[in-house]
Amino acid sequence: MKVTVDEDKCCGAGQCVLLAPEVFDQRDDDGIVNLLDPEPGADRHAAVREAAAVCPAAAIELIE
Amino acid sequence: MSVEEQVLHYPIPNDAALDPPAEWARLRSTCPVTHVTLPSGDRATLLTRYEDVKQVLADPRFTRQLTAPDAARLSAEGGVFNSEMSQIIPDGGEEHQHWRRLVVKWFTAKRMAAMRPTMTQIAEDLIDDMVKRGAPGDLRADLGFPLPVYVICDMLGVPATDRDRFSYWSDTLLNLTRYSKAETEAAQGAFFQYMSDHVAAKRHRPSDDLLSELIAVGGPEDGGLSDLQILVTGMALLVAGHETTANMIGKMVSMLLADRDRWERLLADRDRWERLLADPSLIRTTVEESLRFDANSGFGLPRYLREETEVSGTVLPRGTTVVCSMAAANRDESTFEAADQMDLTRSPNPHLAFGAGAHSCLGQALARTELQVVLEVLLRKLPTLELAVPVEELERVEGLAVGGLRTVPVRW
Ligand code: HEM
Ligand code: SF4
Repeated sequence: MKVTVDEDKCCGAGQCVLLAPEVFDQRDDDGIVNLLDPEPGADRHAAVREAAAVCPAAAIELIE
Repeated sequence: MSVEEQVLHYPIPNDAALDPPAEWARLRSTCPVTHVTLPSGDRATLLTRYEDVKQVLADPRFTRQLTAPDAARLSAEGGVFNSEMSQIIPDGGEEHQHWRRLVVKWFTAKRMAAMRPTMTQIAEDLIDDMVKRGAPGDLRADLGFPLPVYVICDMLGVPATDRDRFSYWSDTLLNLTRYSKAETEAAQGAFFQYMSDHVAAKRHRPSDDLLSELIAVGGPEDGGLSDLQILVTGMALLVAGHETTANMIGKMVSMLLADRDRWERLLADRDRWERLLADPSLIRTTVEESLRFDANSGFGLPRYLREETEVSGTVLPRGTTVVCSMAAANRDESTFEAADQMDLTRSPNPHLAFGAGAHSCLGQALARTELQVVLEVLLRKLPTLELAVPVEELERVEGLAVGGLRTVPVRW
């Protein structure tokens, strides 16, 4: 699984961080997504898929 | 019947406090793009399908400002959507993004985690007070209504002694029928004055709060906000975050308790509250499902189309005012399996209760955390909680742009 994020679209809702904190973080200065792990391990795939599905800005893309 | 006579009145009347009007399912399947008449008498186009609502909300070309001469007026009186306040905060494009990024850093997942202990304390104190007064309590007045104000006041650095004034101001600004025009205007003036003084005081003596930080960034020339924008941002956070969250607390708890007194409970394996008691790890998904399942979420979101667009195969000309019903969209069977069932384990749950796209709720991480904290504390402190009246007797609040229940009588 490869993860990419579109910082321009991101509206800082933090859903991704709540669901998969090992993969996503938010920058302190503007709340925008910070991708920690672009190729997360299999045990995180479910959480990352959920994050992509619920991101209100559709800012998370997955290639599986 | 002529087309004229078929035009639906919006909002669609509905007496049931927690259930959706039957009309939604019909509209989604046969008439997803439909003409409606608003309380002002003006015409608008109502969207009820998940994909359509999401598409329009997320489209940056459309504005929520209904100031164009041909835009529909929602109600004769105006109300929050048309208020001057919404003009000071940028509505779209880069300016909006800039404003949003300055503010949203106060609402990150990490900050919410840090605020959780304070919120838990506030919830515990409010519940203790309710218990002291004795059953039945009103979960809306005793917990739902004060909690979000106290939390926002904390974020804005407003002292606890002024919280109740904030509650009153917020209520007058949103409640379209309970207060007279004079009362609303007086409240708005007092609120504005308080916030001006408060921002000025923060400029002299900054502390660890959102307003002090916004001031510290500097004025517009330094990439920050003007004093007026800072003040209005503070007011907007209270207005946007109070009634919405207060009502949602009442509705969420009611939905979770609604099946407690039913006969089926003896037959069904377990009711919702018992399930949560047995497995509090369901709190997160339960909060999301409550947001999705809320059939009484209010007016929906208006958008004015500055350009022509196509929705579900229908061309909407420029100049159309669209009303997006997120609550109807959240019951769309083509997106949510068994959409009419409340499933406390549903995941993923891409509901639209907070909108979508660049304007989606800025306070959603805060709202989620407040709702989770409320559930966690209630389950822990009042495991025997139940509604003190039959569900059929719960009444909707009238006159609010956001839907809610008038009271939520409970015993324990
Ligand atoms: C359950 C509670 C809540 C619900 C259902 C809710 C719902 C919404 C919705 C649907 C929008 C989108 C408006 C649009 O697209 O035109 C919105 C925007 C907004 N909400 Fe919330 N909200 C809640 C709680 C909060 C809280 C707690 C705060 C802050 C303290 C807040 C602050 C805002 C702000 C500032 C916006 C405007 C964002 C922008 O334009 O970029 N909301 N909310
Ligand atoms: S969920 Fe989406 S919008 Fe929210 S912080 Fe993550 S990437 Fe940004």
